[in-house]
Amino acid sequence: MLGRTLREVSAALKQGHITPTELCQKCLSIIKKTKFLNAYITVSEEVALKQAEESEKRYKKGHSLGDLDGIPIAVKDNFSTSGIETTCASNMLRGYVPPYNATVVQKLLDQGALLMGKTNLDEFAMGALGSDTGGSTRNPAAHCGLVGLKPSYGLVSRHGLIPLVNSMDVPGILTRCVDDAAIVLGVLAGHDPKDSTTIQDPVKPFVLPSLTDVSKLCIGIPKEYLTPELSSEVRSLWSKAANLFESEGAKVIEVSLPHTSYSIVCYHVLCTSEVASNMARFDGLEYGHRCDIDVSTEAMYAATRREGFNDVVRGRILSGNFFLLKENYENYFVKAQKVRRLIANDFVTVFNSGVDVLLTPTTLSEAVPYTEFIKEDNRTRSAQDDIFTQAANMAGLPAVSVPMALSNQGLPIGLQFIGRAFCDQELLTIARWFEKQVQFPVIQLQELMDDCSSVFENEKLASVSLKQ
Amino acid sequence: MWARAWRLGLRALVGGRRGFTCKADTKGSGRITAEVIEHLERLALVDFGSQEAVARLEKAIAFADRLRAVDTDGVEPMESVLEDRCLYLRSDHVIEGNCAEELLQNSHRVVEEYFVAPPGNISLPKLDEQEPFSHG
Repeated sequence: MLGRTLREVSAALKQGHITPTELCQKCLSIIKKTKFLNAYITVSEEVALKQAEESEKRYKKGHSLGDLDGIPIAVKDNFSTSGIETTCASNMLRGYVPPYNATVVQKLLDQGALLMGKTNLDEFAMGALGSDTGGSTRNPAAHCGLVGLKPSYGLVSRHGLIPLVNSMDVPGILTRCVDDAAIVLGVLAGHDPKDSTTIQDPVKPFVLPSLTDVSKLCIGIPKEYLTPELSSEVRSLWSKAANLFESEGAKVIEVSLPHTSYSIVCYHVLCTSEVASNMARFDGLEYGHRCDIDVSTEAMYAATRREGFNDVVRGRILSGNFFLLKENYENYFVKAQKVRRLIANDFVTVFNSGVDVLLTPTTLSEAVPYTEFIKEDNRTRSAQDDIFTQAANMAGLPAVSVPMALSNQGLPIGLQFIGRAFCDQELLTIARWFEKQVQFPVIQLQELMDDCSSVFENEKLASVSLKQ
Repeated sequence: MWARAWRLGLRALVGGRRGFTCKADTKGSGRITAEVIEHLERLALVDFGSQEAVARLEKAIAFADRLRAVDTDGVEPMESVLEDRCLYLRSDHVIEGNCAEELLQNSHRVVEEYFVAPPGNISLPKLDEQEPFSHG
């Protein structure tokens, strides 16, 4: 049951093959068994079981709220959840309990979803696995064999999402299959009066049409994405995917996004600048961590922030402040904003030339082992890992990573589709066709857990934990 | 048809095209003076904490300097991808609030309905009055 798609689970719940409580308990049990992975910062067991009970009552009466009723979900710990600690994996917010739900959380709860807990992240979502600001929905999806969707900027509310980069942040959706992502997007999309950056156009429900004929499609392959750092395995899968579309009749053409090589630098300047501003709210006065120093306001702020933020966060704040200095503002911040326009225009030009969707790698390679990963510092890692994903954030375009195949090492590799702004439905339709063609193997969770349990009893795992 | 262009692209790769993360130009420029450090620490209310942090900033600046190579004559800065749309404004009707108690609960130091701050108008000590980088 735990490996099934949303629709399958939902159908099983409706038919009474399994109850929400049973499903919830199964989930909680796996969460407990995999605690060593440190995936959850907070497990909201009581809340989830209570929600499961209510869902069960609804199903018994035949009044289910919809496809998400009774479905276990997890929410990254930078989304505010009322009454449940929200930390952004930072000392700065240790113990912070928001008095409200983020809009997207509220929407999911209104549909009857069960909140299993808050998941771990790099502090303030600033790691190389990024934030859904640079690719952090798509990158982990590609590495873990999941579907990772970043909707168009403006489609989904950011109210309650603790902001990193206001002009690029988008709540991202991680699911087992494209269909599930479409279901969740259908629930989350739409104007929110509490987030004035959400568009006011009415949003149609996300029912994906079945695509059988791709001969009318034009797929663009951006040539600048073919970089020396791309692993040969990913390169070969990318090539295979393009051939697949071509063999089924689609038009597959090479396109150019000339400013691609500047997008990481541009992102680096804009991101650190917006971060410098967004992190200014953490001063220890109204919420969050507060140090013991009482000599002066400034001394208190400085010590609070030193204690509350890790090196990466502090480094970005300092960089951002540098770029925003009066003498640097034009040459760095405004310059980056101009380059951002050039990057966004590159996409407009390509889409205006008849391309429906771009096909690119999501990551440079399969997941790198932890010991390898920590050899480079955070900025270098971000620069490397976000290469293919952050341009879509800069241009505000919808993008989705779809798992394609396992590497020679048995690790998942995914590919990315980038669509036109607000054409999320079209994007997902094409992604679903692709998913059907490649038939990526579903992970056999129970087998994996049985294999792992003996290994992990003896191994000491390196982990970065808030609750050390 | 795209495959031929792909092969040409691969050939160009082998010809030694530069990748995205060339390390050659990330040396520090040495322009972070003590003055700038102090200024940034005061503005950001976050300290560098170590020489490494200063070196990291220098690298970040050198990285950002690559933007100079882009010709942006006549290009307007882009603040938002939604710049062509009208920002939604709620009507000026107060329909929620009255949650002072809930909000005060999140603070460490509260007196009645006030958030309590230490005395203001006292500047941070200057760098030479502080200890040199001893943490980090």
